[in-house]
Amino acid sequence: MAFWRIPFDADEIDVSQGTVHFIEERCKGCGYCIAFCPREVLKVSDKFNPKGYHPPMIIKEGECVNCHYCEIICPEFAIFSVEIETDTKESKEKHDGGDTDR
Amino acid sequence: MASVSGKNSQKLDHPLDDLIRTDRIPHIWCSACGIGTVFASCLTAIKGSELDLNNFVMVSGIGCSGRAAGYVKLDSFHTTHGRAIPYATGIKLANKDLNVIVFSGDGDLFAIGGNHFIHAARRNIDMTVICVNNLNYGMTGGQVAATTPYMAKSTTTPSGNPEDPFNLPLMAYASGASYIARWTMLHTRELTETILEALLKKGFSFIEVLSPCPVNYGRRNKEKSFDTMKLYQENTIIKNNADPSELDIDFSRKVILGKFLDVDKPTFSERYEQIYRPEPQ
Amino acid sequence: MTAAIRTGEYFITGDVACAEGALAAGCQFFGGYPITPATEIAEHIAERIPDVGGTYIQMEDEIAAIASVLGASWAGVKSMTATSGPGFSLMMENIGLGICTETPCVIVNVQRGGPSTGLPTQGAQSDMMQARWGSHGDYEIIVLAPSSPQEIFYQTITAFNMSEKYRVPVIIMTDEIVGHMSEKVIIPEAKKIKTVSRVIPKGRKDHFKLFKPGPNGVAPMPAAGQGYNVHVTGLTHDEKGYPVMSVEAQAEMMTRLTGKIKKNLDDIIITESYRLDDADIALISYGVSSRTSMTAVDEARRMGIKAGLLRLITIWPFPDDIIRKLAKKVKGFVTVEINLGQIHREVERCAGDKARAVLVGHPGGTIIPPDSVIEKLKEAF
Repeated sequence: MAFWRIPFDADEIDVSQGTVHFIEERCKGCGYCIAFCPREVLKVSDKFNPKGYHPPMIIKEGECVNCHYCEIICPEFAIFSVEIETDTKESKEKHDGGDTDR
Repeated sequence: MASVSGKNSQKLDHPLDDLIRTDRIPHIWCSACGIGTVFASCLTAIKGSELDLNNFVMVSGIGCSGRAAGYVKLDSFHTTHGRAIPYATGIKLANKDLNVIVFSGDGDLFAIGGNHFIHAARRNIDMTVICVNNLNYGMTGGQVAATTPYMAKSTTTPSGNPEDPFNLPLMAYASGASYIARWTMLHTRELTETILEALLKKGFSFIEVLSPCPVNYGRRNKEKSFDTMKLYQENTIIKNNADPSELDIDFSRKVILGKFLDVDKPTFSERYEQIYRPEPQ
Repeated sequence: MTAAIRTGEYFITGDVACAEGALAAGCQFFGGYPITPATEIAEHIAERIPDVGGTYIQMEDEIAAIASVLGASWAGVKSMTATSGPGFSLMMENIGLGICTETPCVIVNVQRGGPSTGLPTQGAQSDMMQARWGSHGDYEIIVLAPSSPQEIFYQTITAFNMSEKYRVPVIIMTDEIVGHMSEKVIIPEAKKIKTVSRVIPKGRKDHFKLFKPGPNGVAPMPAAGQGYNVHVTGLTHDEKGYPVMSVEAQAEMMTRLTGKIKKNLDDIIITESYRLDDADIALISYGVSSRTSMTAVDEARRMGIKAGLLRLITIWPFPDDIIRKLAKKVKGFVTVEINLGQIHREVERCAGDKARAVLVGHPGGTIIPPDSVIEKLKEAF
């Protein structure tokens, strides 16, 4: 149930890349991040967190486009994405300070 | 501090951790409850305002949404059932520099607290009221609310709700609010922008946010959290400046979202100063 | 003469004197709602408070009024409201919030006959137990009872001072008779009026504990906007202010809330004695009834009955020790009050088997005439 459609000019756009980070012990397994990820990067993992929920895991490495939707739909402050700076910039992860959509 | 896993994992904090009382997380809200999403959206808007964080105050009443005040790392007040708005009114009138946010639920703000809502809107008290509307009393186990749809089941309407629910934006409009909007928690980007706009807006701002209560409302009305999300996605339509009388919530038709009102008018405090402490001529 | 303190001699009602006392104490916020016979307090404040930089707002009901008063207090200003029986009933839940969250504020109840709408324009003293126990849960509370316009002026200042000192709501229990009577009231010079303000915390803000008591059992209190990121909740909470749902946390919080009053009884309890030194019979009274009791004492003495009066200015916490000591000296107590025996039962409790306790009560609507006290004295002793 992807929330976003694919734009017609998707091929021409320089898509940003991100890494998903989890704070697993906060997760309550609602599955919103998994269901609404536009690139279907996530799935339910087999492991249990201390509260007995299955936190999500990454199934498609390198496919995250850093849209932050998992981060802003998560009711638990349990997941967020960080941009990977590509080619021209240093490939060092940099915390973006919570800007969700810009 | 929370541990973080993932590819190239570093010990990073959640981008909103500086605004939440991390020592109280995980919060009490159930799995798939939307309050946390609305709360996060509110915090992102607070950050986005670039206003002095020390001047923000969050006031909540009682109920699930009322617990928000306990998780925000700002001056925060968890008051009595229904009384967040008059409490917040006292705060605002005693210190006009504060940016006052009332974050509470539909039962708190519109049943027991309904009278306070209409009067604060009428006075145009400069505050932002965010109502998480999950269509029932969640914390007490799913009783009928002033927002429960006609015929919906609850523990106290076991064969269906005989009452009609309030149209909240219409009530805000009729009462004299300056700014009125409605989103669902799924529309979190729009919601964040709206809250940000409301925080910067002078006067009484009201934002209704539809949010799932899968454990209490959903379970009794054959609506799993993803069914609710599907309704939010497919049975809503964005129509800014819609006629407030069209804004009834009925998912058998399209539920209208958007910004419905944004007008400028003097606040209570501005008028009080002007009338009772006029500038010397 | 400052804007807040109108030094001079006046012929004003108790209600107006109360409003002037509030302004002299530094009141900056009044959340009001009209109700007979307390309305004149709100009216006078509405007129005067803009001059001292404060705000009057007429809320939509008494629940909103007290809620706004608590909010204003947390924004850092001295705040109050005034009402009568029906409104007092509506305020009860939020008075409990004020107690639980240690919020200084002043609530005035200008009592009238009840229950329900009762006698709106006629006096009574029948909410005395509601003032003590009206909110739910266990608690201690400070309640004062003035007997004249002059006294209500001073007691309103005392009420603010105690509320700020102990971080508690303080209730003034006056009545329609005192509220509506006009008498001479002297408002002294500003320098002769002692006002107390809450202690503001010092030091680090990041690990601040909002409810950690200072040496006198009371925690310093920051205001919203000062950077302390306070969390204030009516749930049972720890010293940090965080909710903790446990037997231990409840016991610890309750000990703190009740302790700050129980450990300071000498400072809080104010009484006055009149011809009590050699008395065989002690009248116990307060508010307007203490004035008619004084006349009764004089009359009884003329008739050869050795009567005296203990006038309660602080009603709650109750002066148990004073009355227990007195019970060893006197033959009996006569409690004089415009109700059917509320404080009387407290006197009975303290008198125990040491002295007899009788009531001169009245269901409300007028004062208790000295004659009925004399009759009771003759009949009972």
